[in-house]
Amino acid sequence: MSGQRARIRRRQRTFRWGVVTLVSAFFALPLLGMLDFTTRGPGGVGRSGQTWRTLADFGAVATDYPTLNDGVVTSVGLAVLTVAVMLLLLVPTMTWVRLRVPRAQRLVEFVCLLPLTVPAIVLVVGLSPIYTWLTGWLRYFFGTAISESTLWLSLAYVVLVLPYSYRAIDAGLRSIDVRTLSEAARSLGAGWPTVMWRIILPNLRSAVLSASFLTVALVLGEFTIANLFSRNNLQVAMYLLGKSDAQISVAVGLVSLVFAFLILFAMSFVGSAGQGGALTRRLRSRKESA
Amino acid sequence: MSTVASERATDRGVAVELTDLRRTYGGVHALDGLTLHLAPGEFVALLGPSGCGKTTALRCLAGLEDPDSGTVTVAGKDLTRVPTNKRDMGMVFQAYSLFPHLTARQNVEFGLSLRRGSGAQRRTRAGEMLDLVGLGSQVDKFAHQMSGGQQQRVALARALAIEPQVLLLDEPLSALDAKVRSQLRDEIRRIQLEVGTTTLFVTHDQEEALAVADRVGVMSGGRLEQLAAPHELYASPATAFVADFVGLSNRLAGRVSQGRAEVLGGSVPVLPGSVTEGPAVVLVRPEGVRIERSDDGEATVVSASFLGATGRVVASTPDGETIHVQVANVDVPDYRPGDRVRLTPRGDAALAVHDGSDSMGTPGSK
Ligand SMILES: Nc1ncnc2c1ncn2[C@@H]1O[C@H](COP(=O)(O)OP(=O)(O)OP(=O)(O)O)[C@@H](O)[C@H]1O
Ligand SMILES: [Mg+2]
Repeated sequence: MSGQRARIRRRQRTFRWGVVTLVSAFFALPLLGMLDFTTRGPGGVGRSGQTWRTLADFGAVATDYPTLNDGVVTSVGLAVLTVAVMLLLLVPTMTWVRLRVPRAQRLVEFVCLLPLTVPAIVLVVGLSPIYTWLTGWLRYFFGTAISESTLWLSLAYVVLVLPYSYRAIDAGLRSIDVRTLSEAARSLGAGWPTVMWRIILPNLRSAVLSASFLTVALVLGEFTIANLFSRNNLQVAMYLLGKSDAQISVAVGLVSLVFAFLILFAMSFVGSAGQGGALTRRLRSRKESA
Repeated sequence: MSTVASERATDRGVAVELTDLRRTYGGVHALDGLTLHLAPGEFVALLGPSGCGKTTALRCLAGLEDPDSGTVTVAGKDLTRVPTNKRDMGMVFQAYSLFPHLTARQNVEFGLSLRRGSGAQRRTRAGEMLDLVGLGSQVDKFAHQMSGGQQQRVALARALAIEPQVLLLDEPLSALDAKVRSQLRDEIRRIQLEVGTTTLFVTHDQEEALAVADRVGVMSGGRLEQLAAPHELYASPATAFVADFVGLSNRLAGRVSQGRAEVLGGSVPVLPGSVTEGPAVVLVRPEGVRIERSDDGEATVVSASFLGATGRVVASTPDGETIHVQVANVDVPDYRPGDRVRLTPRGDAALAVHDGSDSMGTPGSK
């Protein structure tokens, strides 16, 4: 009896490790390939750290690869802006809907998940008249410096990240009693902004962080929309660079992949890395849902 | 004890008036013309069956719900359209409502931080309030590190810290076990007397309501049936509903003539508001019936049970009526099912007498 159980357990363990190894190999092989490619010597002969040395010299990168430099700056700017707009849009809206029009929750969920089903090219086709119109007004009021900024792409990116951030924030809102907490705060004299800022947001900390991390990872990896709008961002710059200096391009790709991986890795520890309160709360809510 | 609270006790209370409040949800009349006036500094408990509108009434007073019509007046000011955060009311909820990311002290300080006063004053005041509810040693704990009873104490301290005009409690004890519940309810009463804040306490536990309140309001179907002191409510209920809802009553067929009711072979005076002549339903408390073992008695013992401090004998009459009788706990073993007993009403036995058209629950259902 117990022997059989031990055998089963052993078999399960082997299976589990097998899966982990396979998956790791699946993800690691391309990365190793990239590493190999970027460390090849001139003419593909021998080893050389030249590519990485170049990349590590930020000053040189800025002057020698202006497009890449511009792409990185733009992408970081886009990531920050997208996170800000996404949070400003989603957190108050979702809280409000939950409190005041719970019946509309399904509708909001549907709308937020919709972008998953819309291909990027369709999104671009749909957005371009809106951007043309927007750019017209912006040029009229603020001049071309602002109207031509690539940072306006963040509006499109907000749509793109909506499904993922919606999920993250929804999970956070589910784990607290938004109604009672906000009513308690209001009875103590807090207006809605105070309720949002001092009560709801701190309790959504880990949800907000995961939504933000996901957004950053997605924005840094975005190529299609920027390319179709003929804008430069990190991925577009890498693509262009790939035609002239493949090694640098791949090295940058590797860095951004590792960065994205680190972000996702950090995300899975968001709840537990925080103060004791957040961790215990999370564990408790997990236990309750189990 | 907190000196800040006690020196203010006399001037804290304000009058609260809910007048003709109506609120419907779909077709449901949650409030159907509720009028309820609280005197300054009074502790009123709102009692009633589930769904009678107690919570809705409290939420209208707090501003968390807008009445369809009617007015809410506090200290002579019309607050009907004033938002919750401008109403200055402390509230303790049935659900645990401490802010999970803040410690007990920070929870209590939250309301103070929205008002005037320095950080040091805030800390002192929060400490005082936590002392008042007996949690002076738990100030740095988070909600998840405290028991349900402790959490509700902190919630009470938090509500009182802002020195609210009115204190609102919506079944704050219902999630706690019986012992903690009665302990905390007495403590709430002690603190309320000390700070003198006008208080509305919603509960569906009548023992709780009768034990702590200055006056108890009994609600039914979205309106107030009676608002009276506990002993008055028990001894002279205004309506049949109240008589039936508060305490346990036997409903016996009787006959009224000249202000006296004939019931159980005796004659007892009836209460004001009863029918004056003819057949009637007489409500008699279990302690209003005298019981004697007697071989020529007409009633038969159905069961006898030990209830702790008292005992209860259930007997049936030849007419098929079931009568609950309160007896001393030591007498319980004297009564065995099948024994013959004689039942007679005590002199002040009758409660309310009505014509029987009003449908009520069966006796013993409460
Ligand atoms: N938000 C709401 N939507 C729809 N109906 C509601 C709502 N709130 C209350 N009601 C209805 O109004 C009536 C009164 O509800 P209320 O919560 O005031 O009762 P209660 O006396 O507090 O009951 P309980 O003792 O069960 O808490 C009930 O019939 C309830 O179903
Ligand atoms: Mg209720």
